[in-house]
Amino acid sequence: MAHVALADKEQELAHPKTWIGMYVWSQDHKIIGIQYIITATAVGVIALILSGLMRLQLGYPGVFDFIQPDEYYQAVTMHGMIMIVFMLTAFFLGGFGNVLVPLMCGARDMAFPYMNMLSYWVYLLSVIVVCASFFVPEGPTGAGWTLYPPQAITEGTAGADWGIICMTVSLGLFVVAFTMGGLNYVTTAFQARTRGMTLMRMPLSVWGIIMATILGLLAFPALLVSVIMMTLDKTLETSFFMPAISSLGENLSHEGGSPILFQHLFWFFGHPEVYIVALPAFGIVSDLISTHARKNIFGYRMMVWAIVAIGGLSFIVWAHHMYVSGMNPYFGFFFATTTLIIAVPTAIKVYNWVLTLWRGNIHLTVPMLFAIGFIFTFIHGGITGLFLGNVVVDVPLSDTYFVVGHFHMVMGVSPFLVVFGGIYHWFPLLTGRMLNDTMGKIHFWVTFLGTYAIYLPMHYIGILGVPRRYYANGTTEFLPDSVQSANVSITIAALIVAAAQFLFLINIFWSIFKGRKSSRNPWRATTIEWQTADYPPKHGNWGKELPVVYRWAYSYSVPGAKEDFIPQTEIPSRYTKGEGDV
Amino acid sequence: MTATLIVLALIMGGVVFWLIYQTINVHPWAEEGPIGQHHAGGAYSIPAAKIGLVVFLCVATSLFSLFVSAYFQRMDFSDWRPLAEPDILWLNTAFLILGSLFFQRARNAAVGSQVDGVRNNLLIAGLLTFAFIAGQLWAWQGLQEHGYFLSANPANSFFYVLTAIHALHILGGLWVWSKTVFRIQNKTEIYQVRMSVELCTIYWHFLLLVWLGLFALLLST
Repeated sequence: MAHVALADKEQELAHPKTWIGMYVWSQDHKIIGIQYIITATAVGVIALILSGLMRLQLGYPGVFDFIQPDEYYQAVTMHGMIMIVFMLTAFFLGGFGNVLVPLMCGARDMAFPYMNMLSYWVYLLSVIVVCASFFVPEGPTGAGWTLYPPQAITEGTAGADWGIICMTVSLGLFVVAFTMGGLNYVTTAFQARTRGMTLMRMPLSVWGIIMATILGLLAFPALLVSVIMMTLDKTLETSFFMPAISSLGENLSHEGGSPILFQHLFWFFGHPEVYIVALPAFGIVSDLISTHARKNIFGYRMMVWAIVAIGGLSFIVWAHHMYVSGMNPYFGFFFATTTLIIAVPTAIKVYNWVLTLWRGNIHLTVPMLFAIGFIFTFIHGGITGLFLGNVVVDVPLSDTYFVVGHFHMVMGVSPFLVVFGGIYHWFPLLTGRMLNDTMGKIHFWVTFLGTYAIYLPMHYIGILGVPRRYYANGTTEFLPDSVQSANVSITIAALIVAAAQFLFLINIFWSIFKGRKSSRNPWRATTIEWQTADYPPKHGNWGKELPVVYRWAYSYSVPGAKEDFIPQTEIPSRYTKGEGDV
Repeated sequence: MTATLIVLALIMGGVVFWLIYQTINVHPWAEEGPIGQHHAGGAYSIPAAKIGLVVFLCVATSLFSLFVSAYFQRMDFSDWRPLAEPDILWLNTAFLILGSLFFQRARNAAVGSQVDGVRNNLLIAGLLTFAFIAGQLWAWQGLQEHGYFLSANPANSFFYVLTAIHALHILGGLWVWSKTVFRIQNKTEIYQVRMSVELCTIYWHFLLLVWLGLFALLLST
């Protein structure tokens, strides 16, 4: 008698009948993905506006009365934390992860749909709590996104009473939400792949998302530990991080705590976080480049291993954020070495993207523009990373605008270009309509050139010695007047780029209702998310039977094939359907 | 951070080794055609719930090892005054070990489809675990009475935080346990609860290991 293992029984999906069941308390991974995308975008717009406020102050110091030092620091803090955690992490893993992983693996839904739904609602709660901090007495925390104690919880810092508690609670909630979501993405990709979808036939998007999820699952606990201890230091006056300190002439009850301990815990999460944002971007951009250059990705296996290697290495580089914390020079040497080693797999990926483009049949579609733009910004951000990875170069440049320029280029602009590229690419899959091409091209060129107008001068003024985190530079001996001119020009560029993002939002809203209807597989891609039973895919994704996969995801321009792509599900001519079944 | 690095190196090393082992000799660009078992979803015969639990245990391992790392780092500062662990912790440890043992018996009974065995062992295991939680609260109470308050010393703070986080994990397990017991009382077929019993057993063994590690750490410092 044939033994039927548990896993061979197809899981039952919940089939709600009401509108609320289908679109609000939905357990459908696509709807949950869209919910994540909408929430992350909304909170991203808030962070974008905050960055505009910062730029107004830096470009025109003293002109805007409503931006005082406290407001400035609050804007800096909330911009950083929202963009990194609540926008990019949630967008890549909650948004793209939810939409793409089951579709690209050939699953009907996530492994645990109910927990997946719960993940979104806890995430929404964390977003609500972090946004609520704008309305508590004294406003949100202004301690910088790194939340270093003792500053973060001591009187005198903006939001040291309620703002910081809102922040730690919301981060704790986010970690819970992420863990529930992350269990789903990993289990789905490892367990619920359809027949024929071996690990090495998975598109690189899935690889990137899965490795980033593994990093997140192991690294976010460090954030949880640090916020738990910080909350206790704040509310119950323990001394995990708080040293003996006197504030406003009064000795506080803390003694002996270690702020450096917080820095270690925070960056133990903080550095993998960079790759939690970068790895999905690496994966998605690989698929975009391959599809729109009509050429198989160069060095697929090397790309997979590079993703895995970067994931492994990202846990042993965290202290390169702490070169100026007074650490033992031998530690600095160790972390500089590991930091430079991680450049090797990263460089392999960049070479392979460029080599994929070489002699490809490049279609300069909007997603492709964003993908190529990403290669530029990522190389620039990556090269300045080599500067900062070396202790002797980092020490003078640390806490200058050089660092701001570097990390915005490498983990701000670059992942965002991929987010945009991904949206232009997969928008038809979710809505059945294309985004407007002209608006898309304007959006790309303004964003791409604009970010260079913003961040290149920042490197320059950073080398001149302009410190970051300063509310106003004032007059100094060493800063020429041209620094202020540069700041004005950066501000103008930033406002133009911000305006372009609203054009993008208009494009989305307009195209959902009025966009050109797309054909079934508008980019003529090989991957199976375009081969669903209905288009756009409905609940359950596939028809009666799950698809069967016959080849890898990159069969573009195969010699002798009748078209320049062969879908993963197309049966090879030497087989008939059902043949070769085991 | 040495403790964390060792634990994470083991986990990441496992992931990396497994992935590279799975992919080393594969040439996806040259291979075409059907591969693999004919099934309706499920690339491996291990059920999704079990994989999910193992992944979650990795997350919990990371969490506890980070606490332990922080413990070691904070311990080096001069204001650290070790506290005398209450003796009741030994009794609590015994409760937890017995609880784990009865879970294992329940799991064995579930595999053998003995409904009564599952129900009785499950109930005893749950009661023992409740006894553990009560014992932990008792230990807290004793410390309070002797003036070992949470914020008096970092050693005290760590004691309360570590035991609280561990107890929270146990409470999470007890919630699943209560659902399972409820289903058995409602005469659910044994094969429908077998998985829950098995997952609870794995989870309890894991939390027992964590507790033994934490207890050893607390005793030795």
